[in-house]
Amino acid sequence: MSSAADIVERLRAGERVAVARLISWAENGDARFAEALGSVFEDVGRGRRTGITGPPGAGKSTLTNELTGLQRAAGRTVGILAVDPSSPFSGGALLGDRIRMEERTSDPGVFIRSMASRGSHGGLARAAIDACDVMDAFGYEELLVETVGVGQAEFDVMEAVDTVVVVLCPGAGDGIQAMKAGLLEVADVLVVNKADVAGAERLLTDLEDAVALRRRAEGAWEPPVVACSAGRGEGVEGVWEAVEHHRRWLAEDGRLRARRARLRIAQVRGAVAEGLAARLWGSGGLTERARSLLEEGGTPYDVAADLLSAVSARVVEPEEVSGS
Amino acid sequence: MTDRKIRVLVGKPGLDGHDRGAKTVATVLRDHGMEVIYTGLHQTPEMIAEVAAQEDVDVVGLSILSGAHMELFPRVRAELEQRGLGEVMLVGGGIIPPEDAAALEAQGYARLFGPGTPTEEIAEWIKARMGERLAAEGGGA
Ligand code: B12
Ligand SMILES: Nc1nc2c(ncn2[C@@H]2O[C@H](COP(=O)(O)OP(=O)(O)OP(=O)(O)O)[C@@H](O)[C@H]2O)c(=O)[nH]1
Ligand SMILES: [Mg+2]
Repeated sequence: MSSAADIVERLRAGERVAVARLISWAENGDARFAEALGSVFEDVGRGRRTGITGPPGAGKSTLTNELTGLQRAAGRTVGILAVDPSSPFSGGALLGDRIRMEERTSDPGVFIRSMASRGSHGGLARAAIDACDVMDAFGYEELLVETVGVGQAEFDVMEAVDTVVVVLCPGAGDGIQAMKAGLLEVADVLVVNKADVAGAERLLTDLEDAVALRRRAEGAWEPPVVACSAGRGEGVEGVWEAVEHHRRWLAEDGRLRARRARLRIAQVRGAVAEGLAARLWGSGGLTERARSLLEEGGTPYDVAADLLSAVSARVVEPEEVSGS
Repeated sequence: MTDRKIRVLVGKPGLDGHDRGAKTVATVLRDHGMEVIYTGLHQTPEMIAEVAAQEDVDVVGLSILSGAHMELFPRVRAELEQRGLGEVMLVGGGIIPPEDAAALEAQGYARLFGPGTPTEEIAEWIKARMGERLAAEGGGA
């Protein structure tokens, strides 16, 4: 059993298996992860993070593979995190994204990690940002994060990357559905993939109209709409140009710094919520108290108010905050 | 909060195109709570070992029905060892005559499963074996 210090040393020595092991520790909630991250955190932040999201089968993996090819041709290294859903029944998962990236397997400049969403419902996995941090610390320059196929409300990716690419395709719903789903709101770049398929032209104009119609704050970014056929390797340069365009915009006026700060705050809040939940519900005492209050006829809100006042006194006790 | 899952790579080395067994086993292991990476057909031993390294799997499972197992199974094992992954549990299946299965098991394969093995049995066996390993390591790795 290796220590955090061992793994960090191997990471610094350029061993890819150390990247893999650290990501597993993050996924498994292994206490050694936090220690290891602490010793490499100064190296985190150089990699550029791009999210690839969109409905199931839109071509996210195919596009990720093509974008990786472009980056490799430009001499840049690429770390990929590909998230697929866990089964809510068995807790297991079939992780199939990397099949579309098979040609990258033997390229030492590319690292691909598949990850199951486990308990998360936001389109990513709890350890997704951790995995990016590890690949970033190792030195991968471009980090690409593929989400699970999203429906209408899974947008964790916007709190995880610098630039969100939303991939749509003809046949998987029309422009109205895209608007309803809020995908337009999270998109920094909108891609109509499968431009070779009937209906692509229509989807493109629908999206352009939707983007033009949207109310937007003064000076806010307007997502470009780009068509491509990732499956044929056509038009992907245009997608990457749009990503770079967004990057140039982010580089102005401290926007990138602000976006990343927001990301880290969201991550801290998530970690605090998780820790609090474990402490609150772990012993089972509060659940018991809720059960008996409900039996006495309290509404869920009465019961919640009772529990909140019962714990809030303790939560703010100074020794609870500064100690342990 | 620890959340340890068994991660398994199901690989098809070589030119053999029979993939029903590999896909069936991959699905059944998923249904038993494991996280399964299926590589697809026509993988070289190097590719399989490289994927195993990046994915940090606990188990590598190979499937060959074409008769090339005595050539390819040992090569996958060698590639894994070269990457410092000698600890990974190796299993396999397909058309493997009993004497070949015995020879591979002597070389370090944990177990080979022939045609007709109930898939439940395969999943339960891997879970039990991995359970012992994880208990011995104190739950971590
Ligand atoms: C279906 C089949 C095909 C289908 C394949 C469809 C597909 N996509 O898979 C088709 C028609 C395409 C086909 C083609 C050929 N076939 Co064919 N085929 C079969 C057949 C009848 C059944 C295989 C099967 O799918 N079984 C069902 C699955 C679920 O069982 P399984 O794969 O054995 O898996 C079980 C175990 O082995 C184990 N297992 C398997 N993999 C793994 C992996 C792990 C990790 C674990 C833990 C366990 C495990 O668990 C599974 C559950 O019990 C077998 C005969 C047989 N009875 O096995 C011949 C057979 C495999 N085929 C054979 C041959 C010769 C061919 C061809 C060369 C024929 C030709 N001349 O064209 C081609 C080659 C194709 C190619 N590109 O490689 C021979 C192989 C002979 C040999 N090894 O010496 C066999 C044995 C028939 C025979 N008796 O001659 N075939
Ligand atoms: N016609 C056409 N098909 C494409 C194109 N790009 C991808 N596909 C096909 O679309 C299917 C899905 O592609 P993937 O890349 O796996 O899609 P995905 O969005 O990653 O899918 P999930 O991860 O399962 O949500 C595959 O069969 C691809 O071959 C394209 O440009 N044109
Ligand atoms: Mg995919």
